[in-house]
Amino acid sequence: MREQDPLIRAKNFEEVACGYLADDALLESERCLMCPDQPCVSGCPVGINIPGFIAKINEKDFRGAYDILTDTNLLPSICGRICPQENQCEGKCTVGESLEPVAIGRLERFVGDTAIKAGWVNIPYIEANRFKVGIVGSGPAGMACAADMAKAGCDVTVFEAFHQAGGVLKYGIPDFRLPNAVIDAEIENLKKLGVKFECNTLVGRLFTIEQMITEMGFDTVFVGVGAGYPTMLGIPGDSLNGVLSANELLTRCNLMRARDFPNYDTPQPMGKRVAVVGAGNTAMDAMRVSLRLGAEKVYCIYRRSHKEAPARAEELHHAEQEGVEFHWLTNPVAVLNDGDGNAKGIRCVRMELGEPDESGRRRPIPVEGSEFDFEADLIVYAIGTNANPIMGQTSKLRLNKWGYIDADSGLATSLAGVFAGGDIVTGAATVIEAMGAGRKAAASMKAYLGIRDSNLAYGQGEEKQFGIDLCERNFVRVRVA
Amino acid sequence: MSNFEIVTREDFSDVTYLLEVRHPLMAKAAKPGQFVIVMLSEQGERIPLTIADFDRAKGTITLVIQAVGKTTRQMQKECAVGTSLYAMVGPMGVPSSISHAKKVICVGGGLGVAPIYPQARAFKEAGAYVIGVVGFRNKGLVFWEDKFRAVCDEYIICTDDGSAGIKGLVTAGVTQAIDKHHDIDEVVAIGPLIMMKGCCDTTRPYAIKTMVSLNPLMVDGTGMCGGCRVKIGNHVKFACVDGPDFDGHQVDFHDLIMRLRRYTKEERIAMDHWEESCRLQKSIDRKVDSATSA
Ligand SMILES: Cc1cc2nc3c(=O)[nH]c(=O)nc-3n(C[C@H](O)[C@H](O)[C@H](O)COP(=O)(O)OP(=O)(O)OC[C@H]3O[C@@H](n4cnc5c(N)ncnc54)[C@H](O)[C@@H]3O)c2cc1C
Ligand SMILES: Cc1cc2nc3c(=O)[nH]c(=O)nc-3n(C[C@H](O)[C@H](O)[C@H](O)COP(=O)(O)OP(=O)(O)OC[C@H]3O[C@@H](n4cnc5c(N)ncnc54)[C@H](O)[C@@H]3O)c2cc1C
Ligand code: SF4
Ligand code: SF4
Ligand code: FES
Repeated sequence: MREQDPLIRAKNFEEVACGYLADDALLESERCLMCPDQPCVSGCPVGINIPGFIAKINEKDFRGAYDILTDTNLLPSICGRICPQENQCEGKCTVGESLEPVAIGRLERFVGDTAIKAGWVNIPYIEANRFKVGIVGSGPAGMACAADMAKAGCDVTVFEAFHQAGGVLKYGIPDFRLPNAVIDAEIENLKKLGVKFECNTLVGRLFTIEQMITEMGFDTVFVGVGAGYPTMLGIPGDSLNGVLSANELLTRCNLMRARDFPNYDTPQPMGKRVAVVGAGNTAMDAMRVSLRLGAEKVYCIYRRSHKEAPARAEELHHAEQEGVEFHWLTNPVAVLNDGDGNAKGIRCVRMELGEPDESGRRRPIPVEGSEFDFEADLIVYAIGTNANPIMGQTSKLRLNKWGYIDADSGLATSLAGVFAGGDIVTGAATVIEAMGAGRKAAASMKAYLGIRDSNLAYGQGEEKQFGIDLCERNFVRVRVA
Repeated sequence: MSNFEIVTREDFSDVTYLLEVRHPLMAKAAKPGQFVIVMLSEQGERIPLTIADFDRAKGTITLVIQAVGKTTRQMQKECAVGTSLYAMVGPMGVPSSISHAKKVICVGGGLGVAPIYPQARAFKEAGAYVIGVVGFRNKGLVFWEDKFRAVCDEYIICTDDGSAGIKGLVTAGVTQAIDKHHDIDEVVAIGPLIMMKGCCDTTRPYAIKTMVSLNPLMVDGTGMCGGCRVKIGNHVKFACVDGPDFDGHQVDFHDLIMRLRRYTKEERIAMDHWEESCRLQKSIDRKVDSATSA
């Protein structure tokens, strides 16, 4: 795929990967073997019919490919860009055993972008029922749930605390990876399905989840408020000026547009030397944003090795190309004070890998006497997040011991009619997993309301229930409201 | 839930002004000690402001604002009755716990005078004996005296120059009240950090529980960015979701004061940039005027 030159793109916020042209997509689609056992499909958390949509591309029937994709995935342009494909669909691809796997993500993005350009939307015939559904949080989990409930005929309202919808897609992931125009296009499609968005609404504080059901007339509620609450390292110097979480840096830059300061009011002063702690997607984003805001040197500090870095392979590669300096097996022990309350550097210790721990990754252990200092005036922590506490503070939802919402396998919570999914249930995960959770919850919500689930594929699982053919049962529309 | 219309505006002085904003749901939900985050325009910054009062019947909340920098001054200039804010979200933060204290001192200084009012009123409604202590630079800046007197059993005004009430800082008023009453259960202080620190230092020898409302810099106000983190004893807390009220004797004020200075340079740039655009706009207006009148 064509990409912007690393030296040029490290100075702008234009998209790095330019995407396929139709010819590229056709060529790539040739490489798919149409494997009968479809290993790739088992690698996709939502089970997209991958060979199916690739075959349509190959027939130059892009609209057909779009139809197949949107059967299962609401946001192909987004997933095609930011799924960690190497661990998911592409990781299982047969071709990948000997050659580069089929570029499933890029093909998916091509189809999604083509649809946006052409203005295709698949709006099914929707027969309105009288159910009211409330969705809390407008991230991928909330959006996916909203779409399914709207298609089922419900009156759906999405409540979002920020002044713009989109969740992490908007405030976290930068434009050069996922342009805002793509997110906005997908949100517009939701609006076409009849979904209403209410921004500037902090659920829990403005009204509680219980009130949504008892006073506001919602028949069922989905909670997808994300994880959020960033972890600090807990080392000396954590609160010095110039130490901040990646979430703060990214929110200031992406949502609040600090990169256009002072035309936009929110500032994000950039350091000359920036040290980012962590090696996940959030860390990569923070590093690459720092470069674009004018940092001269950007270091990545990670206590394990390159192999264990949790970021998408493509992001790591892009960050390397753009000139980020990686320091593997390095762990921070203190942030250094310039005497005036500002960070002037970070003291680290070298690590070596010991025996594998519970997660199966080799446990890093400090090498005695190996302390050394980095000079840095901006220090960014990207070491993970905890559960956002607001839902727990304001409702009787049962939480697990880490503060995440406790949900059963159908994503029902301890409150009747309230379902939850995405990062607030599983802890930080991926966009497609959050969307999968949103759809799974939607299926449970439909069952809870007793409305026919048109998304249930016929013949999936049991064919007969109580001696009645499931296909037939699916045609019966049960109405309880 | 859009359209946050300004229905009343009052100017207490050339730096302090009041805005009453329509938001029926928020008026219903708001409790003392909570705050909102406001954006004046799409390009604006998100700034936290305490809910100084709320009127459930009218469906409005009241903000009292001190013009200290770019955003608060631009709001002072642009927020007329009938205009709308671009965004307002809340009520945020854990409501103040109105304890069963029988005798309390409610202290407000500077931008803390307005937000201490709903707390004083709530204590009064809970049956406490309320001593109000408020500080201003001079007599000309005093506001809401009637409102306070209506909910306070005793009311002490302190001014820097002695032009109203007693001469001195609010800590002088607090000391005076403690000397007079030996059974104070709780002190609640809201205002500039240095003032809240002063109050805590005053009450510490008497071991009187002292609650303060912290005002670190904030971005989202939902616990997502960590920008508002404060040190409370040995713990790091996020003021927007764990606070903003904390036990003042546990707060690391030094740390917080250093952190508030983080963006001094950028605040200056934003201010200059805005003033420059105001000047340009004026000169354009003048040119248009002279062109049209010619
Ligand atoms: C910087 C960054 C980069 C990432 N990169 C990738 C990537 O490349 N690939 C990938 O697959 N995943 C990536 N992820 C992870 C992925 O973004 C998340 O797993 C996913 O967004 C979770 O979706 P969600 O819907 O559960 O929550 P979120 O996207 O977090 O959305 C939750 C929304 O709820 C709102 N909210 C919170 N509380 C309330 C409330 N009380 N009332 C109303 N609204 C509320 C929030 O403002 C937010 O908009 C990344 C994450 C980050 C932070
Ligand atoms: C929970 C909370 C409640 C608040 N309630 C009120 C209120 O009811 N009325 C009110 O007038 N202000 C209140 N503030 C402070 C208000 O948010 C700031 O004054 C405002 O953000 C300044 O924006 P600015 O662009 O005008 O000034 P800036 O240009 O950002 O700053 C100008 C000056 O103000 C100082 N300043 C900036 N932010 C703060 C802050 N958070 N606290 C104290 N000083 C600050 C700066 O250090 C600088 O000296 C509150 C803050 C918090 C966190
Ligand atoms: S949604 Fe993600 S995992 Fe599934 S096929 Fe698309 S890119 Fe692969
Ligand atoms: S595994 Fe690879 S080659 Fe086989 S069908 Fe899937 S994408 Fe095509
Ligand atoms: S303001 Fe962002 S976490 Fe409190």
